[in-house]
Amino acid sequence: MTRPPAQPQPQARPYTPGSLLPQGRITGPMPWVIAIMMFLTVLASAAGIALDHAARTLSADISDRITIQVAEADGDARARAVRRIVTLLGETEGVGNIAIVPEAELSAQLAPWLGSDMKISDIPIPALIDADFSVPQDQRDARIATLDRAVKEINAQARVEAHATYLAPLARLVGAISLLSFGSVALMAIATGAVVVLAARGAHATHRGTIDIMHMRGATDAQVVRLFQQRMMFDALFGAVIGFTGAVVVILAVGRSMAAVASDLVQSVSLPAFAWIFLPMLPLAGVGVAWLSARITLQRALQRSL
Amino acid sequence: MATIVQFENVGLRYGPGAETLSDLSFSLDEGAFYFLTGASGAGKTSLLKLLYLAQRPSRGAIRLFDADVVTLPRERLPGFRRRIGVVFQDFRLVPHLSAFDNVALPLRIAGVSDDQLRAPVEEMLHWVGLTDRARAFPATLSGGEQQRVAIARAVIGRPELLVADEPTGNVDQDMATRLITLFEALNKLGTTIVVATHDVDLLGKVAGAQMLRLARGRLVQPESLLRSPSRSVG
Repeated sequence: MTRPPAQPQPQARPYTPGSLLPQGRITGPMPWVIAIMMFLTVLASAAGIALDHAARTLSADISDRITIQVAEADGDARARAVRRIVTLLGETEGVGNIAIVPEAELSAQLAPWLGSDMKISDIPIPALIDADFSVPQDQRDARIATLDRAVKEINAQARVEAHATYLAPLARLVGAISLLSFGSVALMAIATGAVVVLAARGAHATHRGTIDIMHMRGATDAQVVRLFQQRMMFDALFGAVIGFTGAVVVILAVGRSMAAVASDLVQSVSLPAFAWIFLPMLPLAGVGVAWLSARITLQRALQRSL
Repeated sequence: MATIVQFENVGLRYGPGAETLSDLSFSLDEGAFYFLTGASGAGKTSLLKLLYLAQRPSRGAIRLFDADVVTLPRERLPGFRRRIGVVFQDFRLVPHLSAFDNVALPLRIAGVSDDQLRAPVEEMLHWVGLTDRARAFPATLSGGEQQRVAIARAVIGRPELLVADEPTGNVDQDMATRLITLFEALNKLGTTIVVATHDVDLLGKVAGAQMLRLARGRLVQPESLLRSPSRSVG
């Protein structure tokens, strides 16, 4: 009988899990569920960012823009009114970038309904004057009402229309859909956490025997948690990368399709540059959620034992 | 001889029923060899669980390594457990680890690097006669081989206290004698050994061994624990 070897002095370096858990995944279908969650999360985030961007652009475009419509049937009176109103606008504080919409442009816009061979002077089409109207938000309604009264004094058939009045509901709708997208992202983050909690509980139950042995041999909770946490994090990372890659492919494909649509409104829905910095952070955030969920779940489970 | 374990009026109850262990008061000397005997259901495994800190008593006081382990914070238990070697009745080898890795487990938990643990693990496997089975997984090992892996794992950390629950229950008589010889050798190096067994043939095989006998959760004749075996196995 030889003397059993003396135990080497433990080193300060941290314990490495090695192969204490079986090779392969320990979390069952969790990576694939996370892949689906990440796919949907990235799509929802991209939609939210694009719509938010569109809503902001729309709001900026319309918030300080007005159109004066002169619906005078008499062409000469209409022309006189337009000249006087342009003069009035030029003297009004906060008004700038005044432009009379050319008759040719009006004709082009009406051509689909009235035909291209019509003469605009034959029908009483209102004259339109576009202008910027930059005044403080809290004074806007009162100043527009004052201006409206002033143009009506020039011509009773004239009126001021603020673009915000008729485009604001659309901007609000786009904004609401954007918020809904971000809400969906939050819900999916919670669902991802829940999936990881279930997977962590399952892994804990499945490997209870190994955990007990580790505990009886003096392993601390931190060592056991680290062991599972690392493996679960890699499983989550796998799913997150798969889901993110799939979502980016879809976003690029949808972007190409949208670029082919000749609509100002559709083209205003685009991903700003910062989105391509933000979106890659989602898989990392997903892994972070998985890491934290696994840690808390396992710590709680371990504290129930001695 | 210093005392390594001291029980005072210890009781253990699982759930609302009667106590599994009652009024246990005894002490174990450092460096001594003890057999824990008793019929099935007498409470041997429960007593061992108290010794290797897998269970806290329902009442009473237990001092282990000069510390009150009943009130010891849970966070401090791992440090005490590393000073105790345990051989489970059912071996409890980790099935997806080789014999080498099972034996290396306590050293890895203690933070020993792979480079540093190779030599002692190989030496320990040689000590229990399993050098050529180092890469074998538990499922491919015989009962006796699994038992020796479990023993190697229990003693590789040079525990101050070794607790073995029916270590010879799954092996033939010849292997049982060899295992007891391993324990005796370890004991001679200073490790306190507690072996739970109902195999009366073992009791006379270790010179100087003492006996704790449990019956219905109580120690029988606690005042006369010492037994002088008629012979020892060398």
